[in-house]
Amino acid sequence: MKPEWKEWASQAKAEFPRANSALMPLMHRIQLVEGWLSDQTIQDIADLMGLTVQYVESVASFYSLFHREPVGKRVIHVCVGLSCALAGSDELMHNLEQRLNIKEGQTTADGAYTLLEAECLAACDKAPMTQIDLHFVGPVRPEEAETLLTKEVPS
Amino acid sequence: MTQHYLLRNLDVEGIDRIDVYEANGGYAAMKEAFKTFKPEELVAMVKKSGLRGRGGAGFPTGMKWGFLPNDGRSRYLVVNSDEAEPGTFKDRELIEENPHQLIEGIIISSYATQASEAYIYCRGEFRRGAEQLKRAVQEAYDHGYLGANILGTGFSLELKVYRGAGAYICGEESALLESLEGKRGNPRLKPPFPAVAGLYGGPTVVNNVETICNLPPLVTYGADWYTSMGTEKSPGLKIMSVSGRVQRPGNYEIPLGTPLRSLIEDYAGGLLPGRTVKAVIPGGSSVPLLMPDQLDTPLDYESIVKAGSMLGSGGCIVLDDQVCMVGATARLVKFYREESCGKCTPCREGTYWMTDVLDRLEMGMGEAHDMEILADVADNIAGKCFCPLGDASLGVLVSALKHFRHEFEAHVAEHTCPMGARLYDTVNH
Repeated sequence: MKPEWKEWASQAKAEFPRANSALMPLMHRIQLVEGWLSDQTIQDIADLMGLTVQYVESVASFYSLFHREPVGKRVIHVCVGLSCALAGSDELMHNLEQRLNIKEGQTTADGAYTLLEAECLAACDKAPMTQIDLHFVGPVRPEEAETLLTKEVPS
Repeated sequence: MTQHYLLRNLDVEGIDRIDVYEANGGYAAMKEAFKTFKPEELVAMVKKSGLRGRGGAGFPTGMKWGFLPNDGRSRYLVVNSDEAEPGTFKDRELIEENPHQLIEGIIISSYATQASEAYIYCRGEFRRGAEQLKRAVQEAYDHGYLGANILGTGFSLELKVYRGAGAYICGEESALLESLEGKRGNPRLKPPFPAVAGLYGGPTVVNNVETICNLPPLVTYGADWYTSMGTEKSPGLKIMSVSGRVQRPGNYEIPLGTPLRSLIEDYAGGLLPGRTVKAVIPGGSSVPLLMPDQLDTPLDYESIVKAGSMLGSGGCIVLDDQVCMVGATARLVKFYREESCGKCTPCREGTYWMTDVLDRLEMGMGEAHDMEILADVADNIAGKCFCPLGDASLGVLVSALKHFRHEFEAHVAEHTCPMGARLYDTVNH
């Protein structure tokens, strides 16, 4: 457990004092720094929240944005919804897989990139849409896969 | 439309900042509401305006507010910003580009319903949206528009932004409340409805972002102005998100009752030259297809139902003659497979099997009885699930089987997708 997590837990509980409403805000805050939620982190969060490990795990596993495996420095989501598919998201995904030498759902061996499918990102006007660390980047044409990998986004 | 009332961000640069928002009339409606109206008068105004929920169900907003019991318990307003219905992207634009409009609407709505706490449940993927909202909420606190005794009125309101974490089902209001309480987003049994037992068991109104964004112009211009637009049963304005095979995809603010053809041709720039409409999904991925001979259908709740579909969330996906209906249907059904919460077997297993069968059809490995399997699985989902997600997975599939059965049969007969098993059309770009 990082020393600051205790303070973060207190702040989350102060903002959301009822039920377990502080849980997800705390998970978000920790994952933003750690990149993912390890078994130990889940244990720590359970301790900080006064919940069982099983409960925290059950919540973490429900939501697709909580990572229970290590992720790369840069997490790339490619929207594969219908409007994006009509604009080339399958081909973009294919080009990214080729370029990174991984399949969707995997992380590069050097830990630089994780490549994930996203369900409709609610940005169909800029299809094909992607996210880098949840920052919208789009439209990204299939042939622009390389550009996406080096795109600057806010930290 | 020359002037925007909901998408004012298209007309005013930098309206996401409070000084620009106020310089353009922002927060005047809130002050007017405090000064001129009693809470019950605002509820009456919303009822009179005929405003209906813009999240998808189209339930009358004023009536929803009226369900709150008068039992002295403190009330909650929860704003549903978990927009994730494929083809829908209006709430994202509203919160990213004009967050103060939503906040002003929340203050007015909370005053009207006498809610003392409000929450914006922001989709987890909307990182910028959540940042914009949090910054704008802080600005509103700094200006004294939120907090205790707002502008000396005696009315107090706390507003918090809560982030989801990737789950379409949390757009369903009771699942959203579960998530907001720090649980898995499984829908609750209704009744009791949120108005009676919602967030933390208290009386709760859950409204969509776009619905709440109607409040500032409604207070400014009045219910008669609102009902002067749209149709008798579907008054007012609606944002339609248009995407797919059109020249100008985007959000368009239309008076309800505008013909679908006008939305596609006049607002979204029409199709590519030489293309024709094959089918339109008018209200998000959960609704049945409209066919080319239905393009003159007015976009209002009643007319679209009469035409066999629904206005839903207003996510309009246009499919032209170069789109394979089997491939498009497979893609949409896969979404529901991914997003089923897993609680009910028909939805969890049914969406899995429908996706599997559709994929093998699209790959040319289907068999003649696959259409019967699809119809059978669909029948085993319809009306047999706890929440609407299962039924939602069937809208496009069932209508595609009805209108485009020949395409499914061609995939079987030719052992391949006649259109090349790809949804991307390079000519389009």
